[in-house]
Amino acid sequence: MNEYITKICETGNIAVDDTILVKDAAATAGSRILEGFKPLFSAEAVTRLHEKGYTVSGKTATGEFGLDLVGEFSYYAPQEGTLKGAAAELVANGEVKAALGVDMNGATRRAAALSGVDFLKPTYGTVSRYGVISCAASGEQLGVYAKNADGVKEIMEVIAGHDDKDGTSLPAESYDYSIADVKGKKVCIVKELLEKADDETKAKVNAFAETLKANGVTVETVSCDIFDLANTAWQILMCAETCNNVSRYDGVKYGHRAEKYRNIDELYVNSRTEGFNFLTKTVILYGSDVLSKNRYKDCYDKSLRVRRVVSEKMAEIFASFDAVLTPVCSKTSYESYDMNEAFIKVFEESVFTCVPNLIGSPALVTSGVQLMGKNFSESTLLSLADVVERMGE
Amino acid sequence: MNYELVIGLETHVELSTESKIFCSCGGHSAANEPNDCVCPACSGMPGMLPVMNKRVVELAVTAGLMLNCEISRYTTFDKKNYFYPDLPCAYQITQLNHPICTNGLVTLKTSQGPRDIRIKQIHMEEDAGKLVHSGNSSFVDFNRTSVPLIEIVTQPDFRSAEEVITYLGKLKNMFRSGGISECEEGAMRCDVNISVRPEGSSEFGVRTEIKNMSSFEAIEKAIKYEAQRHMDAIEFGTEELVQETRRFDDVSGKTFAMRNKETEADYRYFPDANLMPIVIDDEWLEAIKAAKPTAVDEKAEQYRESGISDKEIDMLLANNKILRLLDDTVALGCNMKDTAAYILTDCMGILRKAGKTIAELDVTAENLATVIKMVSDGKINRNAGKKVLIAMIEDGADPTEFCKANGLDKQVDSSAVEGIVDAVITNNPQAVEDFRNGKVKALQALFGACMKELKGAGDPTVIKALLEQKLK
Repeated sequence: MNEYITKICETGNIAVDDTILVKDAAATAGSRILEGFKPLFSAEAVTRLHEKGYTVSGKTATGEFGLDLVGEFSYYAPQEGTLKGAAAELVANGEVKAALGVDMNGATRRAAALSGVDFLKPTYGTVSRYGVISCAASGEQLGVYAKNADGVKEIMEVIAGHDDKDGTSLPAESYDYSIADVKGKKVCIVKELLEKADDETKAKVNAFAETLKANGVTVETVSCDIFDLANTAWQILMCAETCNNVSRYDGVKYGHRAEKYRNIDELYVNSRTEGFNFLTKTVILYGSDVLSKNRYKDCYDKSLRVRRVVSEKMAEIFASFDAVLTPVCSKTSYESYDMNEAFIKVFEESVFTCVPNLIGSPALVTSGVQLMGKNFSESTLLSLADVVERMGE
Repeated sequence: MNYELVIGLETHVELSTESKIFCSCGGHSAANEPNDCVCPACSGMPGMLPVMNKRVVELAVTAGLMLNCEISRYTTFDKKNYFYPDLPCAYQITQLNHPICTNGLVTLKTSQGPRDIRIKQIHMEEDAGKLVHSGNSSFVDFNRTSVPLIEIVTQPDFRSAEEVITYLGKLKNMFRSGGISECEEGAMRCDVNISVRPEGSSEFGVRTEIKNMSSFEAIEKAIKYEAQRHMDAIEFGTEELVQETRRFDDVSGKTFAMRNKETEADYRYFPDANLMPIVIDDEWLEAIKAAKPTAVDEKAEQYRESGISDKEIDMLLANNKILRLLDDTVALGCNMKDTAAYILTDCMGILRKAGKTIAELDVTAENLATVIKMVSDGKINRNAGKKVLIAMIEDGADPTEFCKANGLDKQVDSSAVEGIVDAVITNNPQAVEDFRNGKVKALQALFGACMKELKGAGDPTVIKALLEQKLK
């Protein structure tokens, strides 16, 4: 598998997903529509890493706009056979210390779970989105792949904190990522989510729970049925926002322009027809539909209300528990498949990952499972991951 | 049958800010070349995020206060989607659900007496760029993209073209004097919604919208043409009226229906997640209120009270530059009525003679105040003051230096003046004799001789009084 789209520095120690800008390096978000586009500036997170002496090794392949399962539908590096995320693999193989990815519809978290590395989707607003090729602005967040909780902590301490260039950036200059004792912490497993996974995955979640218990953490099973609803709402919001954000890729200013057109309408239609893959087109059409006059109230507007309901439900859970332990994917590996099935496949798998995107809360993938917490609880999530990771060493 | 016109207006006004609404690009109006004033944000490159320009919020709130609006304490932005090459992101950031100002009221003075126009809302939005066509090619110029605008939407309260023009003139004066907008050519654009109904009817007729007009003359003509077209249709059945968007053609003076394709778009509005809701708290609102310039009505009243004539007030309010010069000079301690006279009589006269326009008037409030004070303190006389003004306007001279270089500022104390008057009387026995014999003109000659000795310095009234006293 070809992990890099663009190699930047042989001795670099940080890989950067192709959905994040690095000055002067081609940035395509895995799409033909951005073919040849080179940004004039780097993402804020990349700049902060540079300032602290880290070096970017190169740009890693992602699925077009990060909309697929783990990165299988990149225009530049399509995958065959068993699917893996490029950045997650580089971290797993020890080729880089860490990697940056954009968590939008679960692809980064699924990739981390399949490769057995950690990925933190931080609390919304704690890491600048400046320089992220944006799709779903209300829920996407730049996150970190690393070999373990310690590695995530190291990078987060560099990249998190207020940025004037991002209007959604929170005011705090830094956040707590410290790894502390977990004795007495309370974790719950949501029955309805666990049941959606296969036996192998369930066994992973249960094994993780057992290790936590052995370290003085209480683990209980609870019932909560909001995840399907949350997923539908997030898919509606995500498609609508993505449809809008990729509208700027029209063949006029940069990126791919069709060779044949007779007028401006054909320039748009032909460039976009050639530039986007089937999955992106499906998302655009779906997003366009839910924003149309006749559907707005029943789809988009209702999803915003669901977002608030889910937020309240999760707050109830977090009032009693420090974290929620869930699967990340329904199974432990994916095989390549036809793109026509992608929209539904991703939709089904996103039930495990959607809540943190929908409500802005943090989630950490570790040891092939997911820990979700309330806002700014990254320190707790990293501590829980750390204690299990150390047992496995 | 008599008909009544019903008109509502949507007016776009470009705000006078240093930078664009969501990025730090500035100076678009001075940009010489296309795309001189663009950055990755306002040209729609991926990875860039809009960051709110606080000044836009303050100017929009100030405009709302001037139009007696309720100021929203919670205001949000929405995205309006459509594809056009001059719109780099393929959406415009505007306000649909929570506009910044609502429910205002403006009172107009019309020939029919005072008329109240209700303001439905004011919202903030970004402008689009423009297309330049050349031969078979078209080019995009993004200098204007993301330039801040406010759109002021009225209720259908206008009943004539005259009221519309009065309203627009009032907005223009208000916004210019308040520093909201320069309201230059093209910086104020109007969409006119118009319908016609039989007088006394309370139901509305079929409404048409005439889009995007920027000159008052065009707006007036378009309203008159469109009203007649509606009346003819109702009265004589010349055509069937349909609700539609039309454009006004300056050359023919007629309105034409625009293609449906341009008007029936579904803009798929939805909230912009990149811009957090803006909360205007008491402290901020009070600060904006405190900084709000005096409204035109109050301003006119102040001028009237100081003794400036209505005609002069109109002249002042029609040009923001001289209005500011007046206010700033008065702020430096000069008398309001005197200052108005210096500006409207002296400065304007000098400009006219030099063949210059008000735009070319390059006099600072500080320099004007210096001249006015030198005259009022008796350091130079009124004539010398005028000489200084001419030098300032024609050659950009500094008043203090000019006086020094030309000996106008010579400190003349009364004993020195008295000495010179005495000397002149001694040296001109013939003239003195003539005056004493009743030749009034002889006094003028003596006065001239004094002024010559004093090289133009000294207060003429004092000198005249001294002469008369000594010759008695």
